[in-house]
Amino acid sequence: MASIIHMGREDPGYSFSAAPTAASANREHSFYPYVPNPSPLPSNSPRYTDNGGSTLGIAGATFTIMAGDTRSTSGYSINTRYAPKLFLIGGTGTEHKSARIVLSVVGFAADGHALAERLDTIVKMYKYQHGKDMSVAACAQRLSHILYGKRFFPYYVQALLGGIDEKGAGALYSYDPVGSYEREQCKAAGAAASLITPFLDNQVNYKNQYVPGSGSGLDLQARQAVPLPQQHVETLVRDAFSSAVERHIEVGDGLQMMTITVDGIQEVLIPLKQD
Amino acid sequence: MNHFPEAWGRPRDDVYGAYNGAHLASGMPNQHTQSPIVTGTSVVGIKFKDGVVIAADNLASYGSLARFTDVKRLHRFNSKSVLGFGGDVSDMQYLDRLLTSLDIRENYHSADDAALSAKNLHTYLSKVMYKRRSDFNPLWNHILVAGLDTEEKPFLASVDLLGTTFSSPSLATGYGAHLAQPIMRKLVPDEEAAARLGKEEAIQAIKDCMKVLFYRDARSMDRYSIAVITKEGVDLNEDVKLENQSWAFADRIRGYGTQVN
Amino acid sequence: MGGFDFSNHSRNIALHAKGVPLPQATSTGTTIVGCLFDGGVVIAADTRATSGPIVADKNCQKLHYIAPQIWCAGAGTAADTEFTTALVSSNLELHALSTGRKPRVVTCMTMLKQHLFRYQGHIGAYLVVAGCDPTGSHLFTVHAHGSTDKLPYVTMGSGSLAAMSVFESKWKGQLTRDEAVKLCSEAILAGIFNDLGSGSNVDVCVITPEKATLLRNYIQPNQREPKMRNYRFEKGTTAVLSEKVITREDISKYVTVHELGEDGAAGTGEKMEVDT
Repeated sequence: MASIIHMGREDPGYSFSAAPTAASANREHSFYPYVPNPSPLPSNSPRYTDNGGSTLGIAGATFTIMAGDTRSTSGYSINTRYAPKLFLIGGTGTEHKSARIVLSVVGFAADGHALAERLDTIVKMYKYQHGKDMSVAACAQRLSHILYGKRFFPYYVQALLGGIDEKGAGALYSYDPVGSYEREQCKAAGAAASLITPFLDNQVNYKNQYVPGSGSGLDLQARQAVPLPQQHVETLVRDAFSSAVERHIEVGDGLQMMTITVDGIQEVLIPLKQD
Repeated sequence: MNHFPEAWGRPRDDVYGAYNGAHLASGMPNQHTQSPIVTGTSVVGIKFKDGVVIAADNLASYGSLARFTDVKRLHRFNSKSVLGFGGDVSDMQYLDRLLTSLDIRENYHSADDAALSAKNLHTYLSKVMYKRRSDFNPLWNHILVAGLDTEEKPFLASVDLLGTTFSSPSLATGYGAHLAQPIMRKLVPDEEAAARLGKEEAIQAIKDCMKVLFYRDARSMDRYSIAVITKEGVDLNEDVKLENQSWAFADRIRGYGTQVN
Repeated sequence: MGGFDFSNHSRNIALHAKGVPLPQATSTGTTIVGCLFDGGVVIAADTRATSGPIVADKNCQKLHYIAPQIWCAGAGTAADTEFTTALVSSNLELHALSTGRKPRVVTCMTMLKQHLFRYQGHIGAYLVVAGCDPTGSHLFTVHAHGSTDKLPYVTMGSGSLAAMSVFESKWKGQLTRDEAVKLCSEAILAGIFNDLGSGSNVDVCVITPEKATLLRNYIQPNQREPKMRNYRFEKGTTAVLSEKVITREDISKYVTVHELGEDGAAGTGEKMEVDT
């Protein structure tokens, strides 16, 4: 019967160009029994802002250090001097007890919060359903899928994910806003990334450094990168940020630093210049 | 058939004529708030050792017209939270209705007057605001939530039309962010300083800020609402007159350059 | 053939349409203020120069000399404030020489506004002009479009609102010299800590009928903490592809060579931080 009725219709009942007109299923708490789904027209209203700041992650042999400044900006104004960009992922409860994964997000802070909350829920549900902690590698791939899931209305963030891999080594993953990701030794993101990256290249990977006296001219041997001790990396991170503060107006106020090892996550807060 | 995917599997235009989609659209496309119409200006708030002080003037502007002069922009939610609205007044009134119905629903189940803390309220509001911006249909407000959190500690946080949230010992929206924050930050640079600040000092700081805002914000006025939230409850005064204005500088001014008298 | 040549204008429009961005000027993102007191006038400025979000100079000087007792604080495009004040300073010197009188602040202000009005805002100089002359102590602001203001206390630049909040809550009539200096530095500090375009140190200039005193780096609230590590590279770290040594004896055949001590004659400029 239904087919007969349909045959009587002049139009095919679908369109590739027109917006969907069905009612939206999930609504905010509201009064109206029926809320028409607003058509997704391009709107002139702003959808993103840049809240400034910078983040940094370095993976060592047995640890990963994640760091970010705590300033939140809009334009030439400081929103607050303390808005953490590092989020614990997984663990138990709102305190994230026994968590071993850290997500850092820089860019549009509201998207960053939404992303951290989503990933945290997923990692907690994984533990609930499988009875074991999610590995960083799995979490990293899941994060990529979350980001790509909003390919045409992206989370406007540069994310870093840090943890300890299944062999006990430090693991660090970096992401672009739509989910392209890569495991790396060290990565800087955000406003001062272009200032911090060359410093890291030189001091962590010893780029542009040669072994003195190892030859002459083109025979000179490049200095080989070695895994750095935790103490050494901490001082590098602090110097990277205190220098970024000197030359980038959106970076400052405080440095939040998390060190992830198999034994747990240690957090420190170090004051930075406030001008 | 051409190589454009949107044409595949559809009746060919050259055989059946172009598809008439007129019935799908109801004439005009849906319109959202593209810009605010009737607006309120700054909201300022500061934490002190026992609670929070928050204030906003009673003006609703229509562009540069001072249209409504007794609009109350501070809303008491329950005995431990007050909201301060900047931005579009119609969106403020929608949110007020939304939150009132939420409050009624919460109270239906428990006798506790403040089942939701200011922190809970802020979390809820931030989700509403973020969802609406994600639907390309933002609520054009910048809101301060002041009160006590779940542990009865002073709480002050903000949420804006994009769903951006942040917290600080002192906060201000609109012009207040430029003119009032420097005054308040000097008084409470960090949480420790806020935990030492007395109630009267906090009220005085807010009053000083309202005065500076009246001097320099062209969309402000000299009557305002002020609320103090402590464990004892909400003390909201919705008609305070700005006091101790000084126009002492004015008698020296002669022209803008070479004029002498 | 007379007339104007607009070919560069057409070229710039064409380049811009192709997506070539206009060259970015260094802006002095800035907080500058001025305040009259009983017996003189004070102006003050922060010392951060920015290029977009990057700090171009951490300790630049935004207080410009115009005449012995006329100084100017500049905000806006760094080059414009520099050259506009230099031009007016030069013309005012010639004017003073030809009239045989001390230059007046109104004259300086009028020259600035007429010059800036002629360029319809394209010269991005926002100035606070202050000074003492035989007619008294004066304080003006001059905007890039040529408008001026004459007020007992003024602020300009991206930190002007932060600085004005200090004046509006603390200013009173009949200030003493020390009170005015304190009020102006507090206003600049409000800009330094609340406006991202302003930062580093506070420069102050106090002008009285007797003399002008420049207090360079009057307050230095943003000293950099020492670095945790030493970044001195071992000699030989950088690859050397070819080497040529020119001795002092060789070069002194062509130019005069001066020996510079640890803090020798070249120490007039400010020193760069170097790892030791």
